[in-house]
Amino acid sequence: MIAVVDLGLGNVKSVCRALSFLKVEHLLTSKSVEIAKADRIILPGVGNFYEASDRLRKSGLFDVIRENVLNLQKPLFGICLGMQLLCDSSEEGGGSEGLGLIKGRVRKLRAEEHGLRLPHIGWNDVASGGLNVFKGVEENSCFYFVHSFEVELAEPIAYAKCNYGCDFVAAFEKANIVGCQFHPEKSQGVGLKLLSNFARQDVKNA
Amino acid sequence: MLRHRIIPIVLLDGYSVVKTIKFDVRRNLGNPITVARIYNTRNVDELILLDIDASKENRKIDLFTIEDVASECFMPLCVGGGLKSCEDIAEALSRGADKVSINSEALRNAKFISDASRFFGAQCIVVSVDVKSDEQGRWKVFSHAGVDNSRELIDWVREIESLGAGEILLNSVDRDGVMAGYDFKLIEEISELVSIPVIVAGGAGNPGDATKAVQNGASAVGISSIFHFTSYTPDEIKEDLHRAGLPVRRRGTRE
Repeated sequence: MIAVVDLGLGNVKSVCRALSFLKVEHLLTSKSVEIAKADRIILPGVGNFYEASDRLRKSGLFDVIRENVLNLQKPLFGICLGMQLLCDSSEEGGGSEGLGLIKGRVRKLRAEEHGLRLPHIGWNDVASGGLNVFKGVEENSCFYFVHSFEVELAEPIAYAKCNYGCDFVAAFEKANIVGCQFHPEKSQGVGLKLLSNFARQDVKNA
Repeated sequence: MLRHRIIPIVLLDGYSVVKTIKFDVRRNLGNPITVARIYNTRNVDELILLDIDASKENRKIDLFTIEDVASECFMPLCVGGGLKSCEDIAEALSRGADKVSINSEALRNAKFISDASRFFGAQCIVVSVDVKSDEQGRWKVFSHAGVDNSRELIDWVREIESLGAGEILLNSVDRDGVMAGYDFKLIEEISELVSIPVIVAGGAGNPGDATKAVQNGASAVGISSIFHFTSYTPDEIKEDLHRAGLPVRRRGTRE
């Protein structure tokens, strides 16, 4: 069973609808005990980093997720803001702290210096970087993005790339942890394939 | 690179899919779920679902229809029809919409655009503008109540952008359902006026029209009659854009 973490921010039901369509057993929850019972965790996210990080701490989910992922080695998939929350900190909301599972920080996309508008919205192609979670997805497939911030990695882990003015991290993998900046639940067949890969395989990075 | 989107527009008269001609004559095309399912298998970039009778019947687009479509379509979904408040928008989003299209209420109370944009983010708010030519051929803002002579199209479009709309859905009433080509002059003029994406609708009769719309400044192309009444598929339209050197999301191909 997959626990889909509900921080009460934005629409996370789309992820659940995609999992239902894939016939993957899941539960939308904000309860520590349910997350502890699950064998995989998805951290979706729409909204502001500061607000989400604050809710993670106040609800006690911060420690629960870290314990389940670091000590119990449960696979974790962070989507969009959920991916950013896996990192150390974000400049959105004045340097608030994330889960610290991935060494890196979150900063504003450098699109404006290239004359491009923010947020970066729409379908853009992703070079998979050989990530396991992209297994079965054609190279350079397009995924649906809606974001203004990007992850700047501070450790040498495998990542997928996208370009909007500059290259940025579209997805990463480190052992049992996966993150993606785009919305697989809104990316048609290729997005569903990613969710299905996460739900059905071990996503351990070689 | 960001892609130009090909967006089927599905019009509802409450519960059934309809297709209008010049916002008037209608043909009933059946169940929205079936129609949406076909578009889902055809791998379209986005879907717009609009209840065209909601405002004049003083009701909202059916929430169960939104939910049913969202449960089968894993792509961005924009819905509209009778949405009058931030609560209405929140409800539509909770049923699975990613964006909303507002029109009548924005004309009645323009502040609704800025309130909604602040609350949900600009990426969530599409303002739909219906344009009809008068006898002198001047473009007029049109609503379910008829031609709105109190405002100039150019001023209204500028106001929509400055109030924080994320996108404009530009419909040509005169071209609606006629399949004789978009109003390319209108597309060019409005696209140059604003820096937010303009989705154009009304008039596409073949894939070349979509390509020409994008060449005239459209960010995305809304289409309905072609998909309902001809054998052209979304992929064929994308192929046409691709051949013209315009970036589109194609299925199963390497760029």
